[in-house]
Amino acid sequence: MYNFEFEKPSTTADAVAALADEDASALGGGQTLLPTMKQRLASPSKVVSLTGISEMQGVCMGDDGSVCIGGATTHAAVAAGASAYPALAALAGGIGDPAVRARGTVGGSLANNDPAACYPAGALGSGATIVTNAREIAADDYFQGMFTTALDEGEIITEVRFPVPEAANYQKFEQPASRFALVGVYVAKYADGVRVAVTGASEEGVHRWTAAEEALSANFSADAVPAAPGADGMIADLHGTAEYRAHLVAVLTKRAVAAAS
Amino acid sequence: MSQVKLTVNGKEMSGDAEGRTLLSTFLRETLGMTGTHVGCDTSQCGACVVHVDGVAVKSCTMLAMEADGAAVSTIEGQAADDGTLNTLQQAFQDHHGLQCGFCTPGMIMSAADLLKSNPKPSEAEVRHHLEGNICRCTGYHNIVKAIMAASGQDVSNIAAE
Amino acid sequence: MPKDSGIGASPKRREDIRFLSGTGNYTDDMNINGQAYVHFLRSDVAHGRIKSINLDAANAMPGVVKIFTGADFEGVGGIPCGWEVTDKHGQPMQEPAHPVLAQGKVRYVGDQIAAVVAESVEQARDAAEAIEVDIEELPAVVDMKAALEEGATKVHDDLTSNLCYDWGFVEENKPAVEAAFAEAAHVTTLELRNNRLIANPMEPRVAIGDFERASGNSTLFTTSQNPHVIRLLMGAFVLGIPEHKLRVVAPDVGGGFGTKIFHYAEEAFCTFAAKALNRAVKWTSTRSEAFISDAHGRDHVTTIQLALDADNNFTAVRTDTHANMGAYLSTFAPSVPTWLHGTLMAGNYKTPLIYVNVKAVFTNTVPVDAYRGAGRPEATYQLERVIDKAALELGVDPIALRRQNFITEFPYATPVAVEYDTGDYHGTMDALEKMVDLSGFEARRKESEARGKLRGFGVNCYIEACGIAPSNLVGQLGARAGLYESATVRVNATGGLVVMTGSHSHGQGHETAFPQVIAEMIGIDESMVEIEHGDTDKAPMGMGTYGSRSLAVGGSAMVRATEKIIAKTKKIAAHLLEAAEADIELKDGAFSVAGTDKSVAWGDVTLAAYVPHNYPLEDIEPGLEETAFYDPANFTYPSGAYACEVEVDPETGKVTIESFNAADDFGNIVNPMIVDGQVHGGIGQGIGQALLENASYDENGQLLSASYMDYAMPRASDVPFYGVDHSSQTPCTHNPLGVKGCGEAGAIGSPPAVVNAVVNALRSGGHDITHIDMPVSPQRVWQAMQG
Repeated sequence: MYNFEFEKPSTTADAVAALADEDASALGGGQTLLPTMKQRLASPSKVVSLTGISEMQGVCMGDDGSVCIGGATTHAAVAAGASAYPALAALAGGIGDPAVRARGTVGGSLANNDPAACYPAGALGSGATIVTNAREIAADDYFQGMFTTALDEGEIITEVRFPVPEAANYQKFEQPASRFALVGVYVAKYADGVRVAVTGASEEGVHRWTAAEEALSANFSADAVPAAPGADGMIADLHGTAEYRAHLVAVLTKRAVAAAS
Repeated sequence: MSQVKLTVNGKEMSGDAEGRTLLSTFLRETLGMTGTHVGCDTSQCGACVVHVDGVAVKSCTMLAMEADGAAVSTIEGQAADDGTLNTLQQAFQDHHGLQCGFCTPGMIMSAADLLKSNPKPSEAEVRHHLEGNICRCTGYHNIVKAIMAASGQDVSNIAAE
Repeated sequence: MPKDSGIGASPKRREDIRFLSGTGNYTDDMNINGQAYVHFLRSDVAHGRIKSINLDAANAMPGVVKIFTGADFEGVGGIPCGWEVTDKHGQPMQEPAHPVLAQGKVRYVGDQIAAVVAESVEQARDAAEAIEVDIEELPAVVDMKAALEEGATKVHDDLTSNLCYDWGFVEENKPAVEAAFAEAAHVTTLELRNNRLIANPMEPRVAIGDFERASGNSTLFTTSQNPHVIRLLMGAFVLGIPEHKLRVVAPDVGGGFGTKIFHYAEEAFCTFAAKALNRAVKWTSTRSEAFISDAHGRDHVTTIQLALDADNNFTAVRTDTHANMGAYLSTFAPSVPTWLHGTLMAGNYKTPLIYVNVKAVFTNTVPVDAYRGAGRPEATYQLERVIDKAALELGVDPIALRRQNFITEFPYATPVAVEYDTGDYHGTMDALEKMVDLSGFEARRKESEARGKLRGFGVNCYIEACGIAPSNLVGQLGARAGLYESATVRVNATGGLVVMTGSHSHGQGHETAFPQVIAEMIGIDESMVEIEHGDTDKAPMGMGTYGSRSLAVGGSAMVRATEKIIAKTKKIAAHLLEAAEADIELKDGAFSVAGTDKSVAWGDVTLAAYVPHNYPLEDIEPGLEETAFYDPANFTYPSGAYACEVEVDPETGKVTIESFNAADDFGNIVNPMIVDGQVHGGIGQGIGQALLENASYDENGQLLSASYMDYAMPRASDVPFYGVDHSSQTPCTHNPLGVKGCGEAGAIGSPPAVVNAVVNALRSGGHDITHIDMPVSPQRVWQAMQG
């Protein structure tokens, strides 16, 4: 790693102030950022840890019935604490491994927006609201392609609000080496329709499968899932061709619907 | 350089660290506690697992400064002062749960973390919990068996003693 | 009743105490006062000509001690190869120079261009980034067949082509083999790839060079399976340091699996730099670095053909293999696709005619050498896959086809130049059939199908040649070393023993198992025996641990040395008991005179050897220390039968191992617990090869699976509990313990069973599939099902 200055503020305001410096980087649990820095693929001059900010920790219920998760809440804490939204708790409990879940945070995952990460599928599939120090961003506006989000420089995720659906399920088919999602599909059924979010598959990063959403909104059953989407724009690598990923999108969507029903 | 203070296995210890100093490096190089091993640089092998404030983490993927003020528990602190192995360590010896020994510190620390929250795990639960701990020697057979035995379960019917 | 001590018992491993309490002593745990750290600048292109290296900016970086390049190694030897293969025309293989640091060209991603020695690891790495290297990139040679085409870019400009050797075995048999194929009632042909693997011991490699100016002595601490071999290769061929001025220490080593046999450039560099700088120099590989600097394994592309007569008897086998050597010849690389592979092509079967052709090819990839099994897994995989395919084509039971062709009489001289001393292939197959509930398989298959899954069963046999190896034989075959093993047994005055062995333990449990043998021989407690290994200053010249040789060869040396000790102590006891030496018996740690009640304890005799007051000084010397070098008369031939049951998810292609059973014949067994553990570990790696692992290069020579993010290591959730049986025991006839070796069996015997089972499962789903290359990943299974 290149060396850097380290700060661990205890309030969001102090964190935002610390991140105003050029080349400063926020550090959530560090489970992606630190390995990246070890490979010298990132070189922040200052690292601002968000783990000491108590106002960004924890799971609670919002007034509108949504599950609200502090941006610095670990996956383990969500898995244990989001019982009001079991599909989301299960997603968090399936990320990485226990030691990774003990450090990794929802804010860190969403800010990074790895194209194979689980949380982006959960947030997009739930139509979550990403709350930052500056504003509230709808998930549909937030994800802007792999490793790209609506966040501005120095903006940090303080909270994520997940509306609780009538039924939901996340199906992850693991890439055999990294155990990230080769393809992951998050299906959530709300009163006003069904949302289907896909991670791992597309070169555009996490995205909604609208054809499936329309079909499932009309008939929420595995049989209603349409044929696999086209392979154009799907990721192709040594673990799976574009066609294989497209095929898995449909398979996992069916399984998610069946499990949620 | 800043000073990092830790309580390691019940003893207060301190040393200087750069921003980039990892907790694993701090333990091994600064404090001379080489029982914690580093087997990869992508946060997957788990040889470096220690407990920070009672939670199992990968010490190669945590900055030393992040741990400032924390209680850290490592493999060196698992046996009794007179060297008597704890239940889990003893089960690993009894059931040949290690060969070269390099992944063993992380395996023990991860397994201890599991048994704390799940005192009688099933085989599937043990295997799932070890998702982040890679062993190249044992094919995992005797590791899983040792952990189940340490939890007080009868493992005599598991194939191949 | 299982024994509780001695041969056949399973005492708990004594080495576990330090490993379980964090007090092991691995190389990276060591630090030497004043040490500097080295970081290697490695090539990020697969093939290129170095036009210039500018160190000015790097030299000005903080903490830099000195930066070395190839220019600093002019006049220094290259990394030697330990085996010379002679090709089918009687010509020696092409052997390129292998510099410590690149000279003129880089030949694979990972090739060392420069070495920065600095006050800290991070400073060394910072400075390495400031080195300006101008490389003219050349086309990368990656595909083996393309590498041999006329006009292909050459990896080594001074060689005539990229062909290392074209080996025919046995060349004289070729016409008879061709004739047998012409007459065959049935010929089965199979093309396959034995996937390229990376050994991945969990401890990355480490080297610390040290130098003492006053004495002129050099020391290398290194993660090696064979410190004496490193001392010889590095001292004699690279750095010109005689053995008495060079000590090599391999302390606790965190797994090897073959990849820590070889002498690596980093070892030579650290030893060289320590002397040049007069301070210790330490290198610790990162895992990412290991992927592009540890020798890889396997990587054979083969066409195998099996000829059968009208009664389904095997009449001939012929194979055509391309074997990847990578960019340079690693220590034992040439021997792996030849003598460790071709000699095993008879397998467990009485096929009378066999011809093996191997073309070894240079490519712009990491050097390839032995990985657990080395050549024997490649042979086993081809043979056991083609037999299964033949059974499919002929519509016969694969187990029955194998049984029909088993060798049943021993000793058996194969048509590929080896002689199996003992074996009982029906015996291991019988044991396997008892372990697997074959009659219940159809019910299990139906149950799987009810859940939408396909179920398959696969079986295979294996034989391996290990206990490597008779020196005169391997010398004829091109080995540039002997393959004996050594042991010095030192008995102390009060009766305790220290065995200094050339065998090295890096997970195998020698510190526990070796004392069991001596305890049995003398009749004393195992706690009276201590094993020392891994230090060239302590043990006599030994060849180290690989090829499942430690107990069969190293253990035999220990037995021979102990026999010398016993002979001498009997002389002393005869003197003390005033009896004839021939009448002295040693039992339960005491010497007695046959037919009398006169006896003297072991400890009294050993004391007399060091306090020789009442002692036959005119006949024998005082003291009690003996050395033996044991050179095996033959290889040993463990064998077995393995079975795998899988479930395939037809929607995703994912394969789940439902059960895996192994019946092995290892001859006599010293410690069943350790033997089981070795088999478990081997199966784990075999399942890894079959389902998960693949070192994959793109056409530019970039390693795509260059970290655990893309190279799939088996996890606990990928494997089941294994069934292991070694009740079928046909002891080796030519070593004193009757042991055969067990370290590699699991890795050799398991991949074909997995693939056979997957093919079986897919066919049950109506898919007309006869082969899928390893790793049988979900993507590949799904693709195969698409037709």
